[in-house]
Amino acid sequence: MLNRIKAIALKEIRQLKRDTRMLFVLFVFPLLLLVIFGYAINFDVHHIKMVVLDQDKSFDSRNFINSLTSSSYFDLVGYINDENKIKEILDKKEAQCVIVFPKDMSRQLYANQNVKIQILIDGVDGNTATVIQNYFNYAVQSYSQKFISNVLAVKGIKSYVPIDLEPVFWFNPDLSSTFFLIPGLIAMILIITAVVSISLSIVREKERGTIEQINVSPLTSFEMLIGKTIPYIIISLLITVVILTAGYILFQIPIKGNYFLLLITTLLFIFASLNLGIFVSSVSQTQQVAFQIATIISMLPSTILSGFIFPIESMPVPIQWLTNITPSKFFLIILRDILLKGVGIEAFWQQVLYLVLFSAILLGLSTLINKRSKVG
Amino acid sequence: MSLSSQKGNMNSIEVKNLTKKFGSFTAVDGISFNVKEGEIFGFLGANGAGKSTAIRILCGIIEPTSGDAIVGGYSVMNEPDKVKLNIGYMSQKFSLYNDLTVEENINFFGGVYGLIKNKLEDRKKWVLKVAYLEGKEKLLTKDLPGGIKQRLALAIAVIHEPKIVFLDEPTGGVDPISRRNFWELINELSHKGITVFVTTHYLDEAEYCNSITLINAGKIIASGTSKELKTKYLTNTMLEVECDRVVEALDIFSKQDWVEETSIFGNYIHISVEDENSARSLAEKTLKENNIKIIRMDKIVPTLEDVFIYLLEKDTKKNVK
Repeated sequence: MLNRIKAIALKEIRQLKRDTRMLFVLFVFPLLLLVIFGYAINFDVHHIKMVVLDQDKSFDSRNFINSLTSSSYFDLVGYINDENKIKEILDKKEAQCVIVFPKDMSRQLYANQNVKIQILIDGVDGNTATVIQNYFNYAVQSYSQKFISNVLAVKGIKSYVPIDLEPVFWFNPDLSSTFFLIPGLIAMILIITAVVSISLSIVREKERGTIEQINVSPLTSFEMLIGKTIPYIIISLLITVVILTAGYILFQIPIKGNYFLLLITTLLFIFASLNLGIFVSSVSQTQQVAFQIATIISMLPSTILSGFIFPIESMPVPIQWLTNITPSKFFLIILRDILLKGVGIEAFWQQVLYLVLFSAILLGLSTLINKRSKVG
Repeated sequence: MSLSSQKGNMNSIEVKNLTKKFGSFTAVDGISFNVKEGEIFGFLGANGAGKSTAIRILCGIIEPTSGDAIVGGYSVMNEPDKVKLNIGYMSQKFSLYNDLTVEENINFFGGVYGLIKNKLEDRKKWVLKVAYLEGKEKLLTKDLPGGIKQRLALAIAVIHEPKIVFLDEPTGGVDPISRRNFWELINELSHKGITVFVTTHYLDEAEYCNSITLINAGKIIASGTSKELKTKYLTNTMLEVECDRVVEALDIFSKQDWVEETSIFGNYIHISVEDENSARSLAEKTLKENNIKIIRMDKIVPTLEDVFIYLLEKDTKKNVK
């Protein structure tokens, strides 16, 4: 049995070595995904384009603008003098927000009157709009506070802040969304390459008729599937190393946890993914069909349902159940735990158990289907 | 081929009432036959007659619905895995790996059949010699000429020295010279005592077989040696008629009640009749009435093709009734 598995695995490696185009795709495609997704998917809002309608043109209005533009959050794109231009600017997306300082702002401030600064935000992207609003709130509050303490100081009263919040963000101190996203991205890349590569390799044998020679040989379905899996486990592990290295270089993603745990859990996930690929191959007859099913079955759930981008907790309950169909959901938790938190198995043993279960069920199912298709 | 008499009477394949149904369709309908050790057994029939299904059952790939077959001493029903270990198989579809070299293919299939080290090296040498590929083991299989590929496939099919080898239309798409060479190789295997079970479309190839079985619609309709088939089943006289307007003449002949079968071979028509002399005068008379000139009319020894067409048509007519 071991000899036969070895024969299949060796054969597969030789074929892969000769298939330079496939190898190129297998290694370059993950890097490409990492770079594109890593840089493109970014929920951090920076460099908000801002236009100012300053009807006051006072020291205070300029001072307030300075306080905004001194951070990397706001970029001042220009000034306007006409209120009617606001609509045009937002319509043409020349800026994401327009800030309006009222006439007499400075005068009212020093007359102890409340001043209203108007901010018009492009609300199409609700998420970004909320973030912009929050930034402004913060800016206005701190400016007001400084102003009050100045006023009090003039009157000889020393001011103080009664309560201050000091938030400390663990595991991802800069709250960088890239940090949060990359583990999901790794899971997604691994599952796609694994599912696509192994399903194509099996279906190719059906298409070319070489499977027939295998069917009459003493090789069992199980030996054949295990033999086919081994080379792709190696390839997927190499891809993992490449991605983790690239993730460290490009996005400073650390590996805080145990390397051995990382290896074992990654192996498990790869095995689960390959079994998904084997399942795909057992239900498709041509490479074209296999490729389509493979990409859909691997990519869609691991992007949408895994918690990679959209938090599972905020999904409706039935959809939450549905999220269990993708092993990515579980590997993503493990990866975040190991890479970012550096915690041990006690934190994610349930996920590990799930991966084992998932692999076993799929491998059993595919072996069964393979046997039956031989009969049919 | 004359060796068949010297070979033992041991059966290497025994098929008993083998039936395979796919839903309501019966692909193989209760067939029984024996194949003697070391003989070349031709299994013939039109496309869809049930040949491939029967072969797949005998190779242990699919299970029969009922009945059984003993292949190399093992039951395909109960011990398909043992059957697989003891047979070789080669199909019309070239099933070696085109993207592997000759040697890698040999190593792979050798490994699948559990050959290691010295044994593998020995068999590798043999395969390379048989396929005329000595010194060319590093060539990619896809770059080999068709005839050589076919030889390589056959040699690899018997790399584990099975007692029985199944060849499913092995010469499909191969040029005539390579086909003849290929049959020489089959003969060689048979001389070594390997039982060769072969299906083919080429009736000239069937002549190489020690024993022929013809199946139609899942049932055996004739079996015997090539000579037996020609004499036993076809008691009629076969006349070959060369004439003008062949197609018209064929149409006319097929409407005559004294003509049992008609078939067309290029410019000739073969008609099968009961009585030669009356048929000759009837044929001349009928064609003359239709202004068709007879150039030549001879009594001939029927070819296998005549026999098969006769048998198949008879069987098909019977099935329609």
